[in-house]
Amino acid sequence: MSNLKFKIIEGTRSAAHSIFAHGFRSFLTTLGIIIGVASVIAVVSVVQGFSANITQQFDGMGTNVINIESYTPREERLQGVRAKLTYDDYLEIKYRVPGISNVTPTVRMWGSNALITYRGQSSSSMIVGTASTYQKLNTVYPERGRFFNLSDDNSRRRVAVLGPSIISKLDIKGDPIGQHVGVSGEWFKVIGIAEKRGKLFGFDQDDFILLPFSTTKALLGGAQEPDITISLQINEPSQLEQVKQHIKNLLRRNHRLSKDAADDFEIATADQMLDTFDAIVGSTTLVLGGIVGISLLVGGIGIMNIMLVSVTERTREIGIQKALGATRFDILLQFLIEAVFLCLLGGLIGLILGFGAGSLISTLTGLPAATVPAWAIILSFGFSAGIGLIFGIIPAAKAANLDPIDALRYE
Amino acid sequence: MSKQTIIELRNIAKHYMMGSEGFYALEGIDLDIYLNDYIAIVGSSGSGKSTLMNLLGCLDYPTAGEYKLKGTDVATLNETALAGIRNREIGFIFQNFNLLPRATALQNVMQPLIYRGIAVAERKRRAQDALEMVSLQDRMAHVPNQLSGGQRQRVAIARALVTEPAILLADEPTGNLDSSTTTEIMALFDKLHGNGQTLIVVTHEHEIAERCHRVITLKDGHLMSDHINQVSAKLSSSEAVAHV
Repeated sequence: MSNLKFKIIEGTRSAAHSIFAHGFRSFLTTLGIIIGVASVIAVVSVVQGFSANITQQFDGMGTNVINIESYTPREERLQGVRAKLTYDDYLEIKYRVPGISNVTPTVRMWGSNALITYRGQSSSSMIVGTASTYQKLNTVYPERGRFFNLSDDNSRRRVAVLGPSIISKLDIKGDPIGQHVGVSGEWFKVIGIAEKRGKLFGFDQDDFILLPFSTTKALLGGAQEPDITISLQINEPSQLEQVKQHIKNLLRRNHRLSKDAADDFEIATADQMLDTFDAIVGSTTLVLGGIVGISLLVGGIGIMNIMLVSVTERTREIGIQKALGATRFDILLQFLIEAVFLCLLGGLIGLILGFGAGSLISTLTGLPAATVPAWAIILSFGFSAGIGLIFGIIPAAKAANLDPIDALRYE
Repeated sequence: MSKQTIIELRNIAKHYMMGSEGFYALEGIDLDIYLNDYIAIVGSSGSGKSTLMNLLGCLDYPTAGEYKLKGTDVATLNETALAGIRNREIGFIFQNFNLLPRATALQNVMQPLIYRGIAVAERKRRAQDALEMVSLQDRMAHVPNQLSGGQRQRVAIARALVTEPAILLADEPTGNLDSSTTTEIMALFDKLHGNGQTLIVVTHEHEIAERCHRVITLKDGHLMSDHINQVSAKLSSSEAVAHV
């Protein structure tokens, strides 16, 4: 058995003895660490659980889906210029770009929210005009009734698929299928109710009305060409870059952009959105972690304070130990191990409490289940041990440097 | 028959500064201590007894002079080496026992063996043996608070003996004890001496000093006298003869 290993084992034994001999005091000493680690774990577990849920939703979207939107730089927007994707763009892409399917135009009509009515009740909601292929790209399944089909779209039928929240918003009684709702003064027959999705970032994901694209376009008339969003699926994921380039060239030509002009549209994949989302979650975690780190620092100072008191209190014991042959290093190690042990114990309790708190928060707020990633556990323990080392070294050095004669005389 | 020297002190001095004034706690001490010596160091308070005790126990460095313990020049050692000497060669017995209050008798006796790097099972075995030697085998699991003064001092003696030190240093070992317990502890010392242990007892009690075979008197930091206590020395040697 190597000498240092022996000393560490003995130091740990002695630390455990001393910590459990003053159970309540030790608990109060490490309370700062317990609270610090518990808050880190609670926050991280909720954010991570949330993030895992989002990732799942993105996965449902399919990673081989591309979204194309118009894009106007800020300066041009201030000058009143507005880039647009038009129905012609949609047709060009649909018929000219090979290797793609389910090309879906989507248009948001009447601003972001339009007036909706039903038997004297009125409210507002997001109105989306889109094609039947929307269902495949966005995995919207009707819980009741049906989604609109190609023939609805081709013959401009006045039919609508409602988000489940609309039913309560408009107080629709009985079976909504077959009833009529008013959207901006026009009547639409309800043919389907979408599955419930719940809330995301506090936004109700079930508050929408889907209309066939052609119907929406016709209702708008020729007065103004609407700005649309085009979504499509790539048949062969390996050809993603070629397809993107193809669409880019096509749109640039269509929009008559000169060679040095920037794109007036954006091509985004679900993967990219996921990356963006991950970045947001990452920085949120970092900021929260930083704030919580401060509480760990305060906890560490608490530990140092109590350890200093404890060294003074045990001055005589230290004198005895030195008389019996303990070296400076023995005493230093003993107090250092005690501080680290205390912090790790606090970390462990904090971990359990934090996970409990995270789970409780998730359950109470209806957020996805809390998950604690391995890195958070390792980080908490590492940080706790580090705090024990950093804030334990001063009291330990104070103990180690006591003069044995003075220490033995200490009353 | 030549006696084996354990400790040699040559012209030892210890100088203290009290504010701006300095004074010598010890000056010009020459002393040889032999194997199986049974020494009493006596003197009034302030005579330098405690200082000499601390120096002999390697708790402190002399300001000047030479201290050889079993041939090693102790004054040149660093703190860690000195701690090692304390651990292996010196057994301390204090007036106020100085036991670790939260540890049991057994744990207290095991403590010095930790610093020697002895594994726990072996530590336990040796500590049990030492406690048996002071007749405390049925008090091993008691903490100091549950023990009487005499029992506490016996735990301290067991702790001092467990490392098989070259010398046992007792600083007023009976100062906190009543007379019957004092007799008990001194009988134990006699027994240890009979077993070949070297003992040094610092005391101001005549009865104690009289039991020792050699009496060293200090006054104002100087060695006043160093004489063999004829009565007890003879008594013990006749005992030794009787044994043979």
